[in-house]
Amino acid sequence: MENLNKTPILSLKKLCVSYTPGKFAVNNVSADIYEGLITSVMGPSGCGKSTLIRAINRMHELYPDIRISGNIELKGRDLLHINPSEVRRMAGMVFQRPNPFPTMSIYDNVLAGYKLIGIKQSRHEKDELVESSLKSVGLWDEVKDGLSKRGSFLSGGQQQRLCIARALALKPDILLMDEPTSALDPIATNLIEELLVKLKKEVTIVIVTHNMTQAARISDYSMFMYLGELVEYDRTEIMFTNPSDKRTEEYLTGKFG
Amino acid sequence: MSDKIFRSLLLVSALILLLIFAGMFFSLSKGAVPAFREFGFFGFIFSDKWISGTGQSTEQYGALAFIAGTLMTSILALLICLPFSLPVAFFVGEYFRGKKVAGVLGGIVDLLAGIPSIVYGLWGFYALRPLIQSLGLSEQGFGVLTSSLVLAIMIIPYAASLSAEFIRMVPQELKEGAYSLGATRAEVIRNIIFPTSFSGIFSAYVLALGRAIGETMAVTMLIGNTSRIPRGLMDTGNTMASIIANQFGEADGLKLSSLIAIGLLLFLITAIVNFLGRLMIKRHSV
Ligand SMILES: Nc1ncnc2c1ncn2[C@@H]1O[C@H](COP(=O)(O)OP(=O)(O)OP(=O)(O)O)[C@@H](O)[C@H]1O
Ligand SMILES: [Mg+2]
Repeated sequence: MENLNKTPILSLKKLCVSYTPGKFAVNNVSADIYEGLITSVMGPSGCGKSTLIRAINRMHELYPDIRISGNIELKGRDLLHINPSEVRRMAGMVFQRPNPFPTMSIYDNVLAGYKLIGIKQSRHEKDELVESSLKSVGLWDEVKDGLSKRGSFLSGGQQQRLCIARALALKPDILLMDEPTSALDPIATNLIEELLVKLKKEVTIVIVTHNMTQAARISDYSMFMYLGELVEYDRTEIMFTNPSDKRTEEYLTGKFG
Repeated sequence: MSDKIFRSLLLVSALILLLIFAGMFFSLSKGAVPAFREFGFFGFIFSDKWISGTGQSTEQYGALAFIAGTLMTSILALLICLPFSLPVAFFVGEYFRGKKVAGVLGGIVDLLAGIPSIVYGLWGFYALRPLIQSLGLSEQGFGVLTSSLVLAIMIIPYAASLSAEFIRMVPQELKEGAYSLGATRAEVIRNIIFPTSFSGIFSAYVLALGRAIGETMAVTMLIGNTSRIPRGLMDTGNTMASIIANQFGEADGLKLSSLIAIGLLLFLITAIVNFLGRLMIKRHSV
């Protein structure tokens, strides 16, 4: 087994999230996510995967009833106690369904993270950022002649890559992805998987997935969650060949989930 | 079998509706023919003369003064309505969405939309008109501005609740996408929700304009009933709807035909405006 970098970039400490008082959708999760690697989050439906990663970029704050406790540190900064806008720009997010902004061109979609909050850039800066972001998701050659077209005219897979480019344009430290390929066909899925493996040099990736072969193919570390708890967290190879918890084994062999 | 009966029943009622519509159009057109024959179709539309024949003087009728009155009051009403209804729409549809305040505000708005227009007219007559007088804006308190103010108050609830509907329809995933890039709530509203719902909001205001154009009772009570193009916002006038309401009682012959012709024009204008509004809504939702 190759040696992997084990510098923690993101630390979760005793993280709890509840939608209704007393019921924890994420229950006391502690883990270190390592820099430059892909970490997958697996588990049966409703076990709290989305809830977990949405806690990291403080998405839950958009909904006043959700309660969070515990500690999240990204590069040594306490994420729960700094400006949420800043947190979200450090921790990019890609959603299950591609959501390019339909009123914006492809070009503006890539720059949305700057345009939305009114950051002014020179034409040159913008062109360069758009080109490099689209290149890093392999979309540049496909769209370079139609950058002023609406983002919503692209295929589902292209739209999802556009959303990845949009997140990357902000140069985040970590990219949180919630089942980013579950709405895509196998070819588009494959393309994105290859892309993520290339991207991990630039950005640490946490990806929620239902697709076990996907987790096995692309992730370095895997988490298995069950009923809000982090049951097992280990090297992906170990997890798939020699899991230490019975529930992990049952899930991975398709006994439930 | 029962499905078949149900379907033919639906078909019959749809046909009856269509027949009524065609019949209305036909009888209005028939009634308008003498006026159009006397003054010419465009001659009638573009003449601002409205002179009832008394004894010797020849009667002369044209719709322009009332078309002008209609455009002035309804567009002014729309302009006044905008800065009040749009914020309400964003409060109800986004800011306090799902909260008690939004429910209460939305309830009030719907309540206001259901009040009969004669009540607004009465209020305008007994409350607003004296206010305009005491401000020294006009002697009698009647006129374009008074009518527009009441019209605006009447269409605010309608425009606000329809716009709020479109604001509410903006997908949550788009908003979350914008938040995830670090946008604040105000930035999401300005840069995502507003542009995404714009065509819907626009169509809401087109429909609201359609309402203002056709509104009769309140305007009839407040506009002052004069038959010339209003010279300003304080001047009196008549809209297409109010001239009919004010004068059809004692009208006959060519005058009645002219009023019917104005009715036909109003029918066409409101039909077109409403059609455009609905068309835009349809285009918006695909
Ligand atoms: N908005 C919400 N309000 C109340 N409960 C919620 C809400 N969202 C999720 N939950 C509950 O929290 C738990 C975890 O949900 P979560 O969406 O995180 O699961 P998940 O692992 O992402 O599932 P899936 O694989 O289906 O996406 C579930 O029991 C779910 O019912
Ligand atoms: Mg989920």
